[in-house]
Amino acid sequence: MKTLTTKLFATVGLGTVLLLGGCEMPPPESTQWGYRGTGMEGLYNPDTLNELDANNIVPEALPAVPAVGPKSKDVYQNVQVLGDLSVGEFTRLMAAITEWVSPEEGCNYCHVAGEGFAADTLYTKKVARVMIQMTQNANENWSQHVGGAGVTCYTCHRGKNVPEYVWNINPGHTVAGGMKNQMQNVSSVAAGLSSLPVDPFTPYLLDARNGRHAGTTALRDEGGVSLKESEWGYSLMMHFSSALGVNCTYCHNSRAFSRWEESSPQRATAWHGIRMVREMNNDYVDPTTDWLPPHRLGKLGDAQKVNCETCHQGAYKPLLGANMIKDYPNLARLARPEPEAPADEAAEMPEASDMADMATGGDQ
Amino acid sequence: MSMMSFERKYRVRGGTLLGGDLFDFWVGPFYVGFFGITTLFFAVTGTALIFYGAALGDTWNIWRINIAPPDLSYGLGLAPLKEGGLWQIITICATGAFVSWILRQVEISRKLGMGLHVPFAFSFAVLAYVTLVIIRPMLLGAWGHGFPYGIMSHLDWVSNVGYQFLHFHYNPAHMLAVTFFFTTALALSMHGSLILMATNPREGETVKTGEHENTYFRDDIGYSIGALGIHRLGMFVAVSAAFWSAVCIVISGPFWTRGWPEWWNWWLTLPIWY
Repeated sequence: MKTLTTKLFATVGLGTVLLLGGCEMPPPESTQWGYRGTGMEGLYNPDTLNELDANNIVPEALPAVPAVGPKSKDVYQNVQVLGDLSVGEFTRLMAAITEWVSPEEGCNYCHVAGEGFAADTLYTKKVARVMIQMTQNANENWSQHVGGAGVTCYTCHRGKNVPEYVWNINPGHTVAGGMKNQMQNVSSVAAGLSSLPVDPFTPYLLDARNGRHAGTTALRDEGGVSLKESEWGYSLMMHFSSALGVNCTYCHNSRAFSRWEESSPQRATAWHGIRMVREMNNDYVDPTTDWLPPHRLGKLGDAQKVNCETCHQGAYKPLLGANMIKDYPNLARLARPEPEAPADEAAEMPEASDMADMATGGDQ
Repeated sequence: MSMMSFERKYRVRGGTLLGGDLFDFWVGPFYVGFFGITTLFFAVTGTALIFYGAALGDTWNIWRINIAPPDLSYGLGLAPLKEGGLWQIITICATGAFVSWILRQVEISRKLGMGLHVPFAFSFAVLAYVTLVIIRPMLLGAWGHGFPYGIMSHLDWVSNVGYQFLHFHYNPAHMLAVTFFFTTALALSMHGSLILMATNPREGETVKTGEHENTYFRDDIGYSIGALGIHRLGMFVAVSAAFWSAVCIVISGPFWTRGWPEWWNWWLTLPIWY
């Protein structure tokens, strides 16, 4: 009996050491998100928070210039989206974009030396034009999501040609002969290394699928969604969590995930974010597919797209909530069309029907 | 109150841990002892405070009464009575009552001249509770990390704390705890049905003996652990269930702050896959 007890304690001790070997040490930082005792809290390792601080340093803004003098469209040729800026503002923005997107390659990342600045020879220049419009659209029309801080090229690019976190449609993994690829049940990077579906982005951030999975009756009511579809939703939520560095309780009271009345205000911000990203992918990223070079395309020939992590990069607010737009007001709104030209339909606020959709989301 | 025929044998003096002969008496069938008094004191005080807390709340619906711990901002300090202080005192009372009950079990075991198996096993259940409301909050630095006292509210807390780690079923200690709980239930049901079978013979047959029980399980699963062995095994799986429950919650937060699925990255990056 004595040897048995010794062996038992040795096994338990060794097991505990092995388990804790992969863990962190207390105490973590904690923050309360809900009423006391609800368990709606965030727990953070101080080391991770320091790392986050170091990764989210906002570059110093270039000295502002007055918006006076001749307009860039009157001085330069082929200025399609920044024509209303003064030459000074235009040059300043070009310098900032270079610093944000191609600090090593410089102007030549988009412009061919000796060919003049007007030529659209390089695909990078055409992409830059679309991305500027995308940024302006986000700042002007999606204040429910980016309001208060705004976005610039730096929010995503952080000094890299292509933002570090982008996604392509996942063609799935190889499976044994005769087996169907279920697109799940393997370690899914998108879903925080769980075995949830490997590609939650295509259904929700490209296609306009609704993540409305909770039943309203004790037994499954008519017209419910499949288990697999629910798991798509959970997979997307895992992405939200890792992209924002938060857990489920940042937005939800898990006793009733679907109820807006019991959710935090952040959930409404996220709801708008899904629609904003969907618009970015469909209206701005996808149209570039035809003229992008092959090395910028995914396995299925699609352009690299936006998800939450593209901007957030592990922070609940990109760049820890720094106001990015105040120093670059030229990116705050889309270029206004000439008075005689017809109004741009794409630049309107989200449809009222979409909003109603949100209001009733919890009771569906 | 009359005693059962065998009971007189157990009503012996001595074996107390505290109080000597002072509390060494029975009230009706119940042994009192020093720890019986403390159990009663803590249990009555705690229950009265729960009623007070319920009276302060907005409902008498038994399912919805909720006495919540303080806000995290109070840290490990005391909170005002109506803002979590009540929870703190109730926690002291509950812990006092549970520990008193363990020690009362120790005294009774000593009177009976038996080992301390019963208080040992029960102390694991108390350990699980103490881990939730004292050890883990202290490691996390705030009493507000404890669970609220209420039938629905503590379940909601469990749900949210699980979702703090994205997917709690990936917690390795939770896996062990759940497995031990199910194994306990399985072992108890198999043992219980065996005993019912042996002690309820068919009309005209006699009550079966241990040999019959052994034969049944040797036929059934090829092995019989025996009459003593099943109780050792039962104690092991039950105590393990409570122990790993305590481990699975104490590592969540103090020793791991991210999602549990992510913890398994060490497995995914083992060199055996390449």
